[in-house]
Amino acid sequence: MSTAALERPAGEVRSRQGRAGRRSSYLAKAYPLWYYLPAGLLFLVFFAVPTFASFFFSLTRWSLFDWEFIGLENFRQFLSEPQLIGSLWNTLIYAFLTSGAKVVLGMALGLLLTSQIRAQGLLRSMVFFPVLVSTIGVGVMFTTMMHPTDGLINSTLAIVGIEGPKWLANPQLALFSVALVDIWKGVGLATVIYMAGIVAVPQEYYEAAKVDGSGSWSTFRHITLPLVRPATFTVITLSLIGGLRSFDLIWAMTGGGPGFASDVIASVIYKQYQAGFYGLSTAGNVVLFAVVMVIVLPLNHFMRKAEVEQ
Amino acid sequence: MLFSRRTFLAGAGAGASVVAITGCGSGGGSGGEVTFLVDNDPNNVVATELLIEAFNDSQADYVFTMETRPGGTEGDNLIKTRLSTQDMPDVFSYNSGSLFQAIRPAQNLLDLSDQPWVSRVAEVYPPSVSVEGAIYGAPHGGSNSGGIWYHKPTYEELGLEVPLTWDDFIANAEAAKSAGKHGIIQSYGDTYTSQFLVLADFHNVAAVNPDFAEQYTANEVGFADDPTAFKAFEHVEQVTQGGLVNEDYVSTTLEQALAYLAGGEGAHYPFFSSGMAEIKATHADKVEDVGFFALPGDDPETNGLTVWLPNGIYIPSTAENQDAATAFIEFAVSAEGLAAMAEGAQPTGPYMLTDVELPEDVPTAIADLQTYFDTDGATTPALEFSSPVKGPNLENILIELGTGSIDARTAAERYDQDVEKQAQQLGLEGW
Repeated sequence: MSTAALERPAGEVRSRQGRAGRRSSYLAKAYPLWYYLPAGLLFLVFFAVPTFASFFFSLTRWSLFDWEFIGLENFRQFLSEPQLIGSLWNTLIYAFLTSGAKVVLGMALGLLLTSQIRAQGLLRSMVFFPVLVSTIGVGVMFTTMMHPTDGLINSTLAIVGIEGPKWLANPQLALFSVALVDIWKGVGLATVIYMAGIVAVPQEYYEAAKVDGSGSWSTFRHITLPLVRPATFTVITLSLIGGLRSFDLIWAMTGGGPGFASDVIASVIYKQYQAGFYGLSTAGNVVLFAVVMVIVLPLNHFMRKAEVEQ
Repeated sequence: MLFSRRTFLAGAGAGASVVAITGCGSGGGSGGEVTFLVDNDPNNVVATELLIEAFNDSQADYVFTMETRPGGTEGDNLIKTRLSTQDMPDVFSYNSGSLFQAIRPAQNLLDLSDQPWVSRVAEVYPPSVSVEGAIYGAPHGGSNSGGIWYHKPTYEELGLEVPLTWDDFIANAEAAKSAGKHGIIQSYGDTYTSQFLVLADFHNVAAVNPDFAEQYTANEVGFADDPTAFKAFEHVEQVTQGGLVNEDYVSTTLEQALAYLAGGEGAHYPFFSSGMAEIKATHADKVEDVGFFALPGDDPETNGLTVWLPNGIYIPSTAENQDAATAFIEFAVSAEGLAAMAEGAQPTGPYMLTDVELPEDVPTAIADLQTYFDTDGATTPALEFSSPVKGPNLENILIELGTGSIDARTAAERYDQDVEKQAQQLGLEGW
């Protein structure tokens, strides 16, 4: 250690090339390969092996007692059954709907809560509060509130003479009702990200815009919106991945029902597992993995590029 | 970066399961301590506690303790996992029929064909716990039945009689509806309760085609192409689209449904006869207000009951203390053992043992079931006990049908497609 410390200042004056060479041999000495072993082993046992095992088992009919290789049969089944393919569409609808709403509402609330309003601190806490509550708890609470006849929401609507919809009991509406709750629960996080983004925009730009006679809409359109783009990208990435994988809220509220009306890939995977179709269930996981990849990788690439150009 | 959360969760999950697996490695018995694994249904737990107490008192060699497990699909996976990791307690209770076939009995369980109690078991039971002629399980408690609960005072008030045909049943439901009650209660809030109009109809299917189960297992017949079997799907469409059901049926739960029935707000409720346990627990004063009849078909002559056979009690082939396990099973099927269980929770239907009668004090609705059992050809085990083929999605397909998303034909076709997975998983021929 002390030799290394002594050598370092000497290294500073050497040529760039020599310094790099010395540095890497120093690194190799100080951190030999077996340093990586514990972390590598954990990674191998708990991540790499299960991942590759799951790719393999998705090609089998697996009963926990034995397995039989059946090629791509599980994927054929997954993509041909109406309930299963329906879940794929539901997943996309759910993910894009919740993600889009979180961007729009998150930005609106972010703008509101960074402006000069009364009770700013209180309002900020109130918006963020749902994020802190357990998802299952939120699911159970809203299931009770959305009961078509006894629920708080419809009883309240009844007072003012409106007959509320059957939120979770109507197959056409169930997925959207759950998405609504997801937005309520997730918008707090998006708001916080936006608030950080908006506060980080230098005040000088606004002052300059004001001097140039820019109205509030044009200020928002040409200054705030472009400059909070990193925040937008973060919100989109987080909420889209979250939406594609979402399970807990849907399971707590509808269990994928009524019928299969609000089934998403994750709930279908869980149901296949429950039914003991372990191979089919694993194939569903591989499909989910592929869907997330196909959507998020290009999106990430596009957003990175946009950020660099900026 | 994208995967750091995933990795962490995968690692944490795997770590947790390792802990769980090693943590429950003490399933076997040592020093005369033996464990009996049962599902955690409250009635079952009370009955089992008394059974174990009675067994421990009756002999001095072994001390049994109870371990509980979740029921439903969670329980299915637990049983499979513990069997495949050879971590199963020496005695356990699990479904007979289709689910029993899925745990690879020949490979995982002890053959009990030579046990002394086998000769006392009712003829109908052994096929549901057998593979290739070898019997692996003993009946755990009384049977259960699927049919229609009805509100007796409503029937008296409106001058109705217990229907023997489907059309009479619908006429009764119409009459109740005209009197301002729910004609037929449905409770899709607890999804599995949507299945009774189909599953409890099997006696009527088998009455027309006694070989249905066999042909069904061989993939020669299905619900969409057998006219009698298909009727059940039409029935679901008829009652839900015809407005005979309670208005909030999509979100009604089992508990609310039984309250409608016991309170007389609804006239009929298709469910298990075991619903009596809940009625007794929450509407004790209404126990004699409810009655139970078999789901009627087309022919009054062949009217009869679809029966759910009791769970089996099994011994895993890895059991350390087989003598204790067999002695325990022998006690559990004895009159003494069954009486001990009945003290904790009354049976919900006749026993599967030829020489043990139902206790005197069971409610009339349950005692009346005996009539079906005493009539020749008036009981049929549900399809899941004579065929291993059962799809996991029937309940949700029927909800799709019942909420008008699809029609009866599509629903039957989808269910026929749904069972394919199960048949293939079991490696049956012809699928």
